[in-house]
Amino acid sequence: MRKISRLGSEARLGWALVSPALGVIALIAIFPLGWTFWESLHLHELRMPWLGQPFVGLANYAEIAKDPRFWAALGHTVFFTVVSISLELLIGLFLALAMNRVFRGRGFVRAAVLVPWAIPTVVAALLWRFIFESQGGIANALLVDAGILSQPMVWFIETATAWVPVILADVWKTTPFVALLLLAGLQNIDLTLYEAAAVDGANAWWQLRHITLPLLKPAILVTLIFRTLDGFRVFDLIYVLTGGGPGTSTEPVALYTFNALLQNLRFGYGSALSVVIFAITFGLALLYVKGLGVRLGGDEA
Amino acid sequence: MKLRPQNLVFGGALVVLMMFTLFPFYWAIVASLTPEAALFRDPSLWPTHIIFDHYRALFDERDFITPIRNSLIVAGTTTFFCLIVGTLAAYALARLEFRGKAAIMAFILAVTMFPQISIVSPLYLLLRALHLIDTYPGLIMPYMTFAMPLTVWVLTGSIRQIPKDLEEAAHVDGASRRQSFTKILLPLAVPSLATTGILTFIYCWNEFLFALSFTLGPERQTVPVAIALFRGQYQVPWGQILAAAVVATAPVAVMVLVFQRRIVQGLTAGAVKG
Repeated sequence: MRKISRLGSEARLGWALVSPALGVIALIAIFPLGWTFWESLHLHELRMPWLGQPFVGLANYAEIAKDPRFWAALGHTVFFTVVSISLELLIGLFLALAMNRVFRGRGFVRAAVLVPWAIPTVVAALLWRFIFESQGGIANALLVDAGILSQPMVWFIETATAWVPVILADVWKTTPFVALLLLAGLQNIDLTLYEAAAVDGANAWWQLRHITLPLLKPAILVTLIFRTLDGFRVFDLIYVLTGGGPGTSTEPVALYTFNALLQNLRFGYGSALSVVIFAITFGLALLYVKGLGVRLGGDEA
Repeated sequence: MKLRPQNLVFGGALVVLMMFTLFPFYWAIVASLTPEAALFRDPSLWPTHIIFDHYRALFDERDFITPIRNSLIVAGTTTFFCLIVGTLAAYALARLEFRGKAAIMAFILAVTMFPQISIVSPLYLLLRALHLIDTYPGLIMPYMTFAMPLTVWVLTGSIRQIPKDLEEAAHVDGASRRQSFTKILLPLAVPSLATTGILTFIYCWNEFLFALSFTLGPERQTVPVAIALFRGQYQVPWGQILAAAVVATAPVAVMVLVFQRRIVQGLTAGAVKG
């Protein structure tokens, strides 16, 4: 009996302590999300206040379905996410394996790779924009000197070449984070497994495929989730590097939504776009969690 | 360490990766110290003629002090509130047993995955209605949304790693829960609080979308917005932009270098469990 009442008071205290944090999150995240949905069912043009704010049902969503600029933006987002995450996982895995070996200067390597992760994305984007400037950009100078380019290139004028600095900047900025998550996973692997395999004459490649990768799967999946969702909300990087250009050929969904909202002041339509982005992200997260069997409860297991 | 061919391959590749990582910083610093004319005529990898004009112009002509002050106020206040509210929640999640705890953790993690853009429209309308567009509270309130889950998550992870023994011993000696929290856990948790505070601060310092959406002019712009919207009269003022980039990066870089071990622990404590 006493144990139960003690547990009861512990539960009350627990909820009391957690509720301010939950309240803040609910008030400025969950409540606005509901509001976004409500807006998305209305026509709301801040530029044309005389139209009022009539209920239009799913008309905004119907417009999205027929909006070529939205589908293009979705394509750009998927392209960006898939290409940059593949590169980041490959390089990050390599970096983690290298950092996991005992070697001199490990602290230095870890500090050095953390800095790009920690700086503002806007700054990272500007650094790479400057490197790829057509006038006096160092990338052009180096590539011409090395004989790879015959003359300086205007990177930001063609879609295909505009993606190069975008992807490079993202890989540069985020690979450290990927490597650190994977490194944490690597350090949980029991070293005796490798010793046993080595005794049996297994080479490094076999060990990587049959010990490291299978045991690293949870860490890889968690990384994949974080990075996919990040990739889907990409905004800062592309806003600064290409502005979505040339034209709208590198525009991701978040940037298109931002333009619909704050450039064109179409709040109904922009909110519908926001809901679609949220639904896609939420769906992806669910898919990962359910389909791949990742536990994200974070409770001590 | 034995010098095996594998290690040579790893070592060589690491050196290349390190150069890739550090080059943009090196290049930004060199360029920010080079006269604009020399920068565009014939870019050279080595600094030839060092000047500090871009930094001087940044503070004298552009008043870059204002965005720095704005960023410090917004990021600092947000971090302060998040730490207070977050510590209470993290204590409960790390130390108390109660039903619904796992669900709360899952909920908080889910909110960190929220696309920010999906709440820009109502927040804009709300802040406009409250006349908070282009004010400090108008940025601090939205910042709490994405900073709070991070604070709670990292703090819970690192409080869990503090051994419970001392608190349990105090409990046996008749200390109340409040006493064991304030007298024992809190002092032990100072390093965790510092790490979490640094991470939260960096997060707010770097934020761009909300700051861009909810400010109108240079008066209240934060550092990332000010840099992104830098414009010259005739051409892009690259010298000043890079000087500003160096100034915006320096405090973050120093914090990361000093606290790198703790930051890595804090980041990965909650993230990889499985």
